[in-house]
Amino acid sequence: MLKQRILKTLIGGAALALTMGAAQAADITGAGATFPYPIFAKWAEDYKKATGTGLNYQSIGSSGGIRQIRAKTVTFGASDAPLSGADLDKDGMVQFPVILGGVVPVINLEGFKPGELKITGEALAEVFMGTISNWNDPKLAALNPGKKLPNQTITVAHRADGSGTTFIFTDYLNEISPAWAKAVGKGAAVKWPAASSVGGKGNEGVAANVTRVKGAVGYVEYAYAKKNKMPHLQLLNRDGKYVDPDDATFAAAAAGADWKSVPGMGLSLVNQKGAQSWPITGASFVMMYKQPAKAADSNEALKFFDWAFKNGKKQAAELDYVPIPDAVTKYIAESVWTQIKR
Amino acid sequence: MENAAQTPPMMDTSLQNERLLAIARSQRVQDFIFHKVTLVFAMTVLVALIGIIVSLIINAWPTLEKFGLKFFYTVEWDIINEEFGAAIAIFGTLASATIALIIAVPLSFGIALFLTETCPLWLRKPLGTAVELLAAVPSIIYGMFGLFIFAPLFAQYGQPALQSTLGQMPLIGQFFGGAMNGIGILAAGLILSIMILPFIASVMRDVFEIVPPILRESAYGLGCTTWEVVRNIVLPYTKTGVIGGIMLGLGRALGETMAVTFVIGNSQRIGASLFSPGSSIASTLANEFGEADNLHLSSLFALGLVLFVITFLVLAAAKLLLIRLERGQGSRT
Repeated sequence: MLKQRILKTLIGGAALALTMGAAQAADITGAGATFPYPIFAKWAEDYKKATGTGLNYQSIGSSGGIRQIRAKTVTFGASDAPLSGADLDKDGMVQFPVILGGVVPVINLEGFKPGELKITGEALAEVFMGTISNWNDPKLAALNPGKKLPNQTITVAHRADGSGTTFIFTDYLNEISPAWAKAVGKGAAVKWPAASSVGGKGNEGVAANVTRVKGAVGYVEYAYAKKNKMPHLQLLNRDGKYVDPDDATFAAAAAGADWKSVPGMGLSLVNQKGAQSWPITGASFVMMYKQPAKAADSNEALKFFDWAFKNGKKQAAELDYVPIPDAVTKYIAESVWTQIKR
Repeated sequence: MENAAQTPPMMDTSLQNERLLAIARSQRVQDFIFHKVTLVFAMTVLVALIGIIVSLIINAWPTLEKFGLKFFYTVEWDIINEEFGAAIAIFGTLASATIALIIAVPLSFGIALFLTETCPLWLRKPLGTAVELLAAVPSIIYGMFGLFIFAPLFAQYGQPALQSTLGQMPLIGQFFGGAMNGIGILAAGLILSIMILPFIASVMRDVFEIVPPILRESAYGLGCTTWEVVRNIVLPYTKTGVIGGIMLGLGRALGETMAVTFVIGNSQRIGASLFSPGSSIASTLANEFGEADNLHLSSLFALGLVLFVITFLVLAAAKLLLIRLERGQGSRT
């Protein structure tokens, strides 16, 4: 069985290599995170109409994207977890954010409308750790005075595959809860401590588990929560306000961010200041070589991102992403892209 | 022909000999080439197999070096702190495959028995085809069916029923306790049993059919019941095939990926209850390969190696069992 699968992978890889070689040189190649894939695809479609240049983006996951760019098989790699400044320097790469989005805690609890239940980051961490294991826990009741919370076991629904969504979510819990930081940490895949927990593959897998299992709590990209009309939790942000997830609160989280403060712009956007900030916001980053083997290819990729920054805001909003603010794209164009040999 | 008859006999035979020799020579060359070509074909299998084993070992080496034998029995899968053990995945794989066999083998036996011994002729063909069609359903379909249709029903009706019956019994009661989500080791085993059923059933049916009619009819003639015929004539005659069919099913159950990933719950822990979510080797590989790095990636390769070894052991055990059965048979007669 296994050998069959490995053979298949090998054959698939060979076929992929062949088709990649056969593709026109004009196509931009990239690989990485699944989180920005829908917006990349939309941008690529419109960009192809406008300029005739296509984009071949393989959404193989953030670590895969980093592996591919290090192997120099693609012109750019994309990841939800930014590389550190030291790693970038070592590889001779630059990094910049391309799109913003939010992760949303969703629940399946009869009789509760979206946003009706409030929760703090600490309590959310306890729920996902399993120390709060029933919806009628006094800690949850104290946050929701006047609401009758049912006697129902909490089942944690998490991603089974490694994912940038998990990275952003655990980055937040790690930031806000010392207990979580000590017991679990942050990463694209973590060891989920809650006794009653189920893993699903992809956002749709988690969404399916939450919808199916009574008393479940999970986390998905905002677009999935919105599309499936899943009830979300209102979350307390750093300024002490309860906020709902939407484009405005994601943008608010990004507004106060000081991108220049971190080498490689590898800023974490979770738990940002601002009364309107949604605390679980994250960015997708693109990595490119400063001294690319094929300067012409890099030039094409930069032209694509420049076009996307200038003309891609409407598409981003349609797909429930938040575009990078103009001030930041200006900084990227002037200070980051200039480091790349074109 | 008349001209040939007039030529001296010596000339004739030498000429004929020469022609025959030429034919023989060219045939020998053909045979030689044919032999070598087929040998190369056969060797590619061996080369691929060895290549896979070697590459698995090379990639798994960092993990094996770091954890040693401990890797195989450690109950831990902590990606962030880079602590890896295969026990959780091995348990999930073996437990789900065992459940699948416990359900699928008696069912398949019954199906094969019915189809070959007692089924009316007009029903034999459509039923047999239906069983084979079950094998043609892609595993992703079983996975989706399992997650979206089977699991909710199982959580609502199946699991409470099991808990109130088997769950109340001593010893095995604890296997049917805990939260009832509909997904977990037991659900994976049930879906697997449906998936391997057609393989086992069709192999069993095929081997039951090759039992010489004279043996069967003699037994019936002596006044045997259908069960006695099956027990004393059909089964002893076909045990190699029956065990082969079961092993084929077991092999599929051990390596099945997509369907198991959907319904096993993908939780890296060993629960006391069969209702609790777990993970198998194949599901862990499918879930985590895309985002794995360094030691994590190496540990996944090591898991792959473990699956390879388990499958190999199962096949070897089947072979051993057959040899022993055959020897036992020889000494008895």
